Amino acid sequence: MNSKRRVFLKGTLATGTVGVAVGAGLLTPSTVLADWPKAAFQANSLSDALKSALGSDSHSSGDITIRAPDIAENGAVVPITVESTLSGVTDIAILAVANNAPLTSSYKLGEGTKAFVATRIKMGETSDIVAVLKANGQLYSGTKEVKVTIGGCGG
Amino acid sequence: MSSIRVRAQIEGGVTNVRALISHPMETGQRRDQGGNTIPAHFITEVKAECNGRHVLTANWGPAISRNPYLSFQFEGAAAGDTLKLSWVDNNGESDTTEVRIS
Repeated sequence: MNSKRRVFLKGTLATGTVGVAVGAGLLTPSTVLADWPKAAFQANSLSDALKSALGSDSHSSGDITIRAPDIAENGAVVPITVESTLSGVTDIAILAVANNAPLTSSYKLGEGTKAFVATRIKMGETSDIVAVLKANGQLYSGTKEVKVTIGGCGG
Repeated sequence: MSSIRVRAQIEGGVTNVRALISHPMETGQRRDQGGNTIPAHFITEVKAECNGRHVLTANWGPAISRNPYLSFQFEGAAAGDTLKLSWVDNNGESDTTEVRIS
């Protein structure tokens, strides 16, 4: 019984220390988010988002297929598939140009990972979807317009 | 129960991964009925590893839909290998799951 009490005290002491560390700003959420490219996700323009996420905004059109509905009734859930036959793809970024912050997501591919990503994004209004791929250090892009009936960002 | 549901199936040397994560993905722009802003709460990073090898890292913003879906494909795995999928959100919450490639 006594030993249980010891364990209990030890436990409270430990949480206490963590709590103090958080309180003192030693463990802020920003430390947790160390790797997250905040600037890229807050950028308001396509070019700033690309510079921040992929290091450059100069891109040429490449062999990239974007599968998305022509008309999305609900902007809160728009399925997007990006696929390419390009070889040596290391990065994929998916942007909704008309969103306040265009960058929706970016992906780093390991060796042997195909140039293929599918997800579902939110769109505020009708917009071009731009997919930018980095292959052998060069950026390539593809575009597809998606018309949105009801926007899915505010509410 | 894990917040991640994932399937990994191999066909012709290519492993096809499909994952669904339960997460609110709040943008920080919505208001509740009282007019108060609902704080942003979204997954920032999803990582996939196969037998300890890096397969894919996704950086997500709040523009990914609620209860996110993610699918990707990779080569170099065999049936029976383990695929590990984990996520971290902007509040520091996280979850991890492992699945056998079939």
